[in-house]
This record gives sequence, C-alpha cells and structure tokens, in this order.
Amino acid sequence: MFEIAVIGAGPGGLSAAARCAELDVDHVLLESSPKIANTIQKYQKGKHVMAEPGILPLRSPIEFDAGKRETILGNWETGIKTVGVNIQYGAEVKAISGSQGNFVISLMNGEEVLARHVILGIGLQGNPRQMGVPGEQSEVVQYTLDDPGEYKDESIAIIGAGDAAIENAIALAANNKVYIVNRKDEFARAKEGNLNLIMAAIDAGTIECYYDSSPAGVEELEGGDFPANLQLKTATGDAIVPLHRIIARLGAIPPRKLVESFGIEFPSEDQNAIPALTSQYESNVTGIYVIGALGGYPLIKQAMNQGYEVVEYILGHDVKPADNDLLAAKFNGLPYEVEVDGVLALMQERIPVFADVNALQFRELMLDSNVSMPAKGDVIFKQHDYTNTFFTILEGTVEIEVNPTLRITANAGSFFGEMSLMSGRRRSASVYAGPQCIVIETPRRSMIKLISSVAAVKRVLDETFIVRTIQQKFAPDTPIEELQPIAARAKMHQFQPKEVIFKEGDEADTLHFIRNGSVTVSIEIDGRDVVMSYVPANTPIGEMALLGNTTRSATVKAAVKTETISLDKESFSLLLERSAGLKERLQAMVKDRHEQNVALQSNSESSDLMSFLMGQGLGEATDVLLIDENICVGCDLCESACAATHDGTSRLNRKAGPTFAHIHVPTSCRHCEDPSCMKDCPPDAIQRGGLGGEVFIGDNCIGCGNCERNCPYGVIQMAYKTEAPSSYWSWMLFGLGQKPGRGKAAVVGESSFKQAVKCDMCKDQSGGPSCVRACPTGAAMRLSPEDFVDLVNVVR
Amino acid sequence: MHISFLNHANGRYFWVAIALVGASIVAYLLQEPHQTPNGGTWLGYTLGTMGALLILWLIYLGRRKRNFAAGWGTVRGWVSAHVYLGTSLLVVATLHTGFQFGINVHTLAYVLMCVVIVSGLFGVWAYRTYPEARNELKRSQTLDDIFLQLEDIDGQLKRDVNALAADIRGVVSSAIDRTEIGGGMYAQLAGVDSSKVMIDGNVYPNTDQVRVVAWLVERLSLAEGSETGKLSAVVRSYGARQKLLQVIRTDIRFQALQEAWLYLHVPLSIALLAALLTHIVSVFIYW
Repeated sequence: MFEIAVIGAGPGGLSAAARCAELDVDHVLLESSPKIANTIQKYQKGKHVMAEPGILPLRSPIEFDAGKRETILGNWETGIKTVGVNIQYGAEVKAISGSQGNFVISLMNGEEVLARHVILGIGLQGNPRQMGVPGEQSEVVQYTLDDPGEYKDESIAIIGAGDAAIENAIALAANNKVYIVNRKDEFARAKEGNLNLIMAAIDAGTIECYYDSSPAGVEELEGGDFPANLQLKTATGDAIVPLHRIIARLGAIPPRKLVESFGIEFPSEDQNAIPALTSQYESNVTGIYVIGALGGYPLIKQAMNQGYEVVEYILGHDVKPADNDLLAAKFNGLPYEVEVDGVLALMQERIPVFADVNALQFRELMLDSNVSMPAKGDVIFKQHDYTNTFFTILEGTVEIEVNPTLRITANAGSFFGEMSLMSGRRRSASVYAGPQCIVIETPRRSMIKLISSVAAVKRVLDETFIVRTIQQKFAPDTPIEELQPIAARAKMHQFQPKEVIFKEGDEADTLHFIRNGSVTVSIEIDGRDVVMSYVPANTPIGEMALLGNTTRSATVKAAVKTETISLDKESFSLLLERSAGLKERLQAMVKDRHEQNVALQSNSESSDLMSFLMGQGLGEATDVLLIDENICVGCDLCESACAATHDGTSRLNRKAGPTFAHIHVPTSCRHCEDPSCMKDCPPDAIQRGGLGGEVFIGDNCIGCGNCERNCPYGVIQMAYKTEAPSSYWSWMLFGLGQKPGRGKAAVVGESSFKQAVKCDMCKDQSGGPSCVRACPTGAAMRLSPEDFVDLVNVVR
Repeated sequence: MHISFLNHANGRYFWVAIALVGASIVAYLLQEPHQTPNGGTWLGYTLGTMGALLILWLIYLGRRKRNFAAGWGTVRGWVSAHVYLGTSLLVVATLHTGFQFGINVHTLAYVLMCVVIVSGLFGVWAYRTYPEARNELKRSQTLDDIFLQLEDIDGQLKRDVNALAADIRGVVSSAIDRTEIGGGMYAQLAGVDSSKVMIDGNVYPNTDQVRVVAWLVERLSLAEGSETGKLSAVVRSYGARQKLLQVIRTDIRFQALQEAWLYLHVPLSIALLAALLTHIVSVFIYW
C-alpha cells in the first residue's frame, strides 16, 4: 500500500511525486504513456516553452524555467532520477474504487495499485479513442503522428475522417502510399480547407479512400513485405489491406468521463466546468486530490506549485500557497488587520454573489482581480468605454449614472459592470466612486470561467441583469423594487445562428431585448427573404407590433449565437403605464426603423449585400476592415503599413477573402463581440481594450497556438518578431535595406519563438489604424455592423 | 463612408486650390500696369516661390505614403491635396512665366512640369475608372481565381481530347501549349495576343483563340457517331476557355493602363526637380 499514488506524469504529477520522494513518502507515479509529460513531448522540436505567470515564484523539487522543450524535459528527467521518484510507465488507469486510506487503482493491463491518497494530474488532453477491434494493441498501430517526415515509402492507413486524420493523410502522402478509412460516405466533419485538400488528393489518386468502411481487425504478419494486414468492413463486403503502419485518429475521450467515474462531481454540464475543490485541492471524494489543468490551472508553473503543495497538505503540513505573497501585496493597504485568508473570507462573507464560490476558486479569482480604493468622485468607468471587467463593492458605495438625470447608488456587497461583461458591448453607464469605497475589479475571462462552473453566480447575475436592463432601457424613473414583479415574469432565451426569433405575420405577444449577439430583420418580397437591417446587442426588438397592436411586420433571425430577454404583452403594458415618456421614445425608434426599411426595401442589391456581410460572420464583429474594390488600385500599402507598424508581419491579407458586388472582406480581425480567440488562452494574453474595443494579444503570449486554431476566420498567425526596419532614405537613395513594410526577414535566434499575432487596431499608433490611413484612394474602411446599413445604401 | 480621395473632407483641397488659382489670377491682373509680366517682378517671385515650394511638397508624397507610422493625416488626404494643388500649379506656374517661353532650361522645367501634371491627371482618371471596370469584368473574383479556372479547363480539355482522334488531340493541345498571356510592356498595354496553334504541322497565329475555335467547329461538322457528342463537349469547353482568356487579357491590359502613367509621372518628377534647381540657380547667378 502506497501512502500517495500520483496519476499522470505531467508537470503537476512530476512535482508532486518528486516532493514525495524528497520527503521519503512511500509513493508511486502512474503514467499511461512511455514517457513523462506527454503533452509537452508532443510540442514540435525546439519549441520555446514559457514560464508564465512571471510574478509567481516556483516551488518544486524539480527545475523549471522558460526555455527549449528539450531542455525542460531533460531537466525533469534528471530531476526525478536525482530525488528518486518511483515511476511506472505504460500504466493507464481504468478505474478507482475504495475510499481514503484504502484506494484501489485498476490499470488497463490488469494490475491493481493500492494507495491511501490519490493525486490526479491527468490534464485535459484525454486518451486517444481506440479502434476497438482485435489487434488494436499491435505494434503497427499508433494514435499520434509527431513528424510525418519520419516515414518514407511505407503503406499507411489512416483511420478517421476528422481534421487530424486528413492533415496526417495529406502530410504522409508526400512520401508514402496512403489509405484513408472513412466510416461515412463523405468528410462531413472536416474544415472546408481540409475538405478541399482531401477531395483533391483522392481525385488525383495520391490518397486512396475507403468510404463507408470501418476496421474489423489488425493481423500481424510474419516475413513478407508488409508487417500487418488491416481487415476492413466496407459497404461492398470485406477487404484486406497489407500495410506497414496504421494511424488511428479517432479523437480523444475527454478526461471528464473518466474523472466522473471515480466519483468526482462537476458542478454543471458546461464543458468548461471544473470539479469543485477545497482550498487544499481535495475533491468531493475525500482522499482524491485534483491538480493542474484538470482543476482549472492550465499553466505549467501553477501545476508544479500545486504538486508540491498538495503533498504538503496530505501530510498535514501547514504551508501557505505559493501565491500568498502576491495576494498579500494585493491586499496591502486595505483597512483590515487580518492575514490573506482572513481577507478572502471577509470578502466572501460581504459579497453575496461570491458566497457560493469555493475557497480555491475564489482565491484564484482574487489573484486575477484588482482591489482598489478610489477617492470619492473618481471615475471607475465611463459610459461607452469598451472595457468589460466585472466590479464588486467591498466597502462604501458607488454612483451609477445611467443618464444625466438619473443616478443610482449601489451599496457595499452589490456589483456592477455585468452588462458589458455579458454582452461584450460598451459600457451602458458611467460609474463614480462614493465615499470610502473599496471595489474589486475582476477580468472578464475569470468571471466567465466562474459563471460556467458555479450555477449560483450565474443565477444571481442573470436576475440582476434582467431587472437592471428593464430599468435602464424602459423605466429609468421607476425604483428597482417596483420592477421586480415584471422582471420575475421575464424569460431568457438562447438562439443559434440563423434561428428565427419571430416570423413576419406572427401574432405579436412578446418584446425581446437582445442581451448578447445580434439579429437581422428581414421581410419576404416575392418569396425571398430580404434583409432590412441589423440590430446589435443592448437593443429591444419586436416593440413595433406590440405598440401598434398588430402582427409582426418582419422576421427576426439571430445573426450569431444570441441571447434575449423577453417580456410578455401584460408586462409591457404595465411598463408603459409606469414609465412616463416610454411610449413616445419607442415610437420615435419605430419611426427610424421604418425609414431604414423603406430605404433598403427599394433596393434588392443592397439587401443581398447585407446578407453577404452577415454570411461572413460580420454580425458578431465590432470593427471590420472592408475594401471597396471599385476604388482599390491593389497597391498593397495597407499590408505594408500593417507590417511596418507591427514588427514586420502584416496582420491582414488583402487579396484573401470573399467579395460581393464590390465590397471585399479581406482576411483581417473583425474584433468579435465575444471573441473565440479569447476562450482558451492559458496566460490570458488576449485582452479587449480601451476606447476602440480592440482585441489584442499581449507580449506574455506563450505561443501555444490555441487562438490561431479557435479563430473561425483565420485571422491569427504565428510569427517571429523581426528586426527593426531599415532607414527609408538609405533605401530610397542608395537601395540599401528593405523596402518599407516589405520583406524584412525574421532573425531566428536561440531564444526566439513564434507568438500569435493579429490586428490590434493600431492601438499604439497615434492617428488610428494604419491600413486605413495608408490607403491612397480611400478604398479601405473600418466599420462596425451598425454602419452596414449606410454602407449598403450608399453603394450602388 | 465611401469617400475617395476626390471628395475627401468634402473636397476641402479642391476649394483650397480654387482659392489659390483665383488669388493668383486676380493678383496677375491687378499687377502694376507699366510692368511687363515676368518671373522677376515681385509677383513673379511670389508665384515662383509658391510654385517651387508646391513642387517640393508634391514630390514629398513619395516619402509620406511610405511613412506608415506617421500620425499626421491620412494618405487619402495627402493624395487629395496632391491632386488638387498639383493641378492648380498649372495656373500658378504659367502666370509665373508671364507667358515668356523659349528654347532654354527655364521653359524645359515648365514643359516637364506640364507633362508631369497631365500624366497625373491621366492617373486620376485611371484610378477612378479601371478598378471598377476590372471588378466588373472579373465579376468580383480575383485574377488568381480566374487563372485557377483556366487551369481546370485546360486539364479537363487535355483529358477529354485523349478519347478523340489524333488530329483533334494535336490541335487542341498545341493551342493550349502555345497560348500566350501577358508579355512585355507594349504587349500588355495594347493587349497583344501572340498565341499560336499548330495545324497539320504548320504554325498559325491564334489571336483570341479564333483559329482553333474555327477549326474545331469545322471539324465538328465532319464528326460522326460517338465522336460528335464528345467533340461538341470539347468545343463548348473551348468556348469557355476563350472567354476566360479574354477576361484575363483585358484585366492585364487594364491593370497595365492603370499603372503605366506612374512610369512617366515619377521619373519626370525627378527630372523636373533637376530642371527646377537649374532654373533657380541660373536665374540667381546669370540674371
């Protein structure tokens, strides 16, 4: 019986096992693959690995610092040998049973390992899905492909039809005979680019495809030219393919299922949810501890620190977490005479929205947050700012200025800023500090993570959002208390892109308020849908028919994933009664919309152009670069300007991208409302900033490439930084150096590595985006979707 | 929205230019009657200095448009001012001459300036005309897209004729292989098409693919049985190929026309600068 069994030899697991070895604790480290740190092994050769967050000190018996993948792996291997870690390779865990003091860990190979405590550090990669046929364990079967260049003149079968399978097949086809085995009759799951590549390769005969086929078995052969036969079940009968190698790319089984089978609970169905843990990393199963990415800490250094700390906790040692000093510095100056833990407890006690958050998550939240004590009257944020952080009030009050005549006071324990947090849109009000106030500012990413894992936080935010929205948009003079009953009747809705919210001709029974996302308004003319306008978040929709008591005059569809709040007819009438002037305000809005509609209706090309822009996903844009092809002379000064002002790499590709009529959408960031790139950035390097609302990537980017993969519009690239530009005059007069904005070669040195780059809207340039400023003819323009109506109307 | 360099800032520089031209003309008409109009009068010096400074500033556009980090104004605004103020130079400089011309370096500078301005005006027209014409011609596709389509059709044709008689195979593949696109500056500007085709061992010009299409149509009338269907498909594809080539050739010609003026405008500006310096130096030393 081991005192501690550590599962997963990633950074956290290695660190935990090493600490056990250092303290002479009886331990075992179980690793399913044949090497340590499987995820990092898969990085490309020579990849520079960063050590974010820089401010956090490392606390581990084994070394770690930013550097090359090989150096880091080497250090870890020596590290665990030096301290004497007891590691078992090829030990894949199938199940865990028993309880603290007596856990039984069953392995795939049939062995059982007994331990008093279990530390789970299995990361998020998951295990590759197996073929599930006889012979799947054969030597010729593999589940990953590190370097396609390693194989030459082999016959290789790729099993699977996803992007990974296609990418492997294409890469291997250069030097090998490649078969691809597809269970279906088409490559439905593949990205368009990959689909085109594989179809072209199959047409050209460089890859042979077995459609409607699945593997039935792998038979190893003795002697002969081929080491194995792959047996296939195809639509037309059985087939046998002699091969050197089989690569199964069937996706991975997410670790959540496995973890849940150990009895560990996740607080919600949300795929981003993380298991609930105590401040000592213990899960709901006493004796099982969770560290690293699985516990919500994706960075190497965090995981290693947790590995060290969790062993200390299990042994009953009282150690302060490595981040203690950071928090202490953050809380320095607060008028409380208690330690860090005391301040944290006080915060949770005073601020109800955080009451249900577990201590570990709250600690992490505060590490990401800022505590400040603004003087009375200081601006916390201004209306129309593009910031989207979330604020809670620890002490004192703040004044929320909804409009010049209406100021609402928010008291200690309450929160504000949730509107922009939810909608991704600009601030809808200005907020000023009151007397003796202390506010906590939490970044959007941390809050989104919290909302997805703690249901109570989401519920409180949603309820508040509804009542405040009603007050701000419809009844600014009515006190919140009077609006509560109306808010209670309001409903939240979610719509998928292109889903109909209501249809032309329907009976009008509800008013929708767009919480996030955006919608298009269209009417049917001669049997086809003609898009009339685009309506962004934070706007009511459907009030026309309710006011006039008629049927719907247009169809409203979600342009992107959209959330709305709906009010029924009775609530709406009640609001009209309670709020003086609301009816007149809404009528004025209706009039504007009618005017817009008439303008568009008369011109079907305009509405086709609008549909085209929406089809390009521009409904979720906040600021997009468009080019008028009728005046673009193709000089590419926009690209040169971009490269010249951004370390030599242009973040826009003028020629790429579709054109409709004469509006061209180049490949360039459109600064989405709810950016996909921001969703999975380990060091939180992607931020949304200042007055322009630009989404930009900071220097702390670790070059992982997640954002590049997550961006649906392909506007992020990985690039080296380049040398400083040469002088214009030496180029002009003597032809020395590079043409401005062109062809500067990156100097790739020992320590250089690729980072993600994208348009940052020239936030550091005086005068605004250089692409537009460099355009000699005026063809390049930057617009937000609200301007599209003007654009399509002016364009003839 | 949709503001080109011509209506930048509601045509601000147009009005500046008009004011400059108007003021120059009024001053010219009002100058003391006993003075002969000449570059050497006070008004002559004023107009000359203004003109010379304007020329220096106009030439500086070449630097400004490559100074991407510059915060002052937009290149569109600069181009707008360049166009209008550059055009106003025609009046300012002409008044500066006092209509005294001769065979000398002074008149050379003036003539060079006029050629530069006229080439620039052609440029304005070209920039306002060709991009739109090209976009319409290509139906919002890029030239690369159209080349890809051509590649596809060529591949398709070569596969299709494999199943047909040797004479058809020979003519079609020679017509494809001997198709020429682009060429030197003159060929691009004039849209010269020196494509050839080999028929019965003789090479004939095949401008606009007319020869090969005529041959194919004639051959189709002689075809029999299953050949007819296959050959008529080839003829149809070849018709599409002819269309694509027309689009490509016209686009290349338009692009050449859109850019050709710069090859006059920029070098002559430099020549003008040299002549202008000579003019100024010689005036001060020898006059």
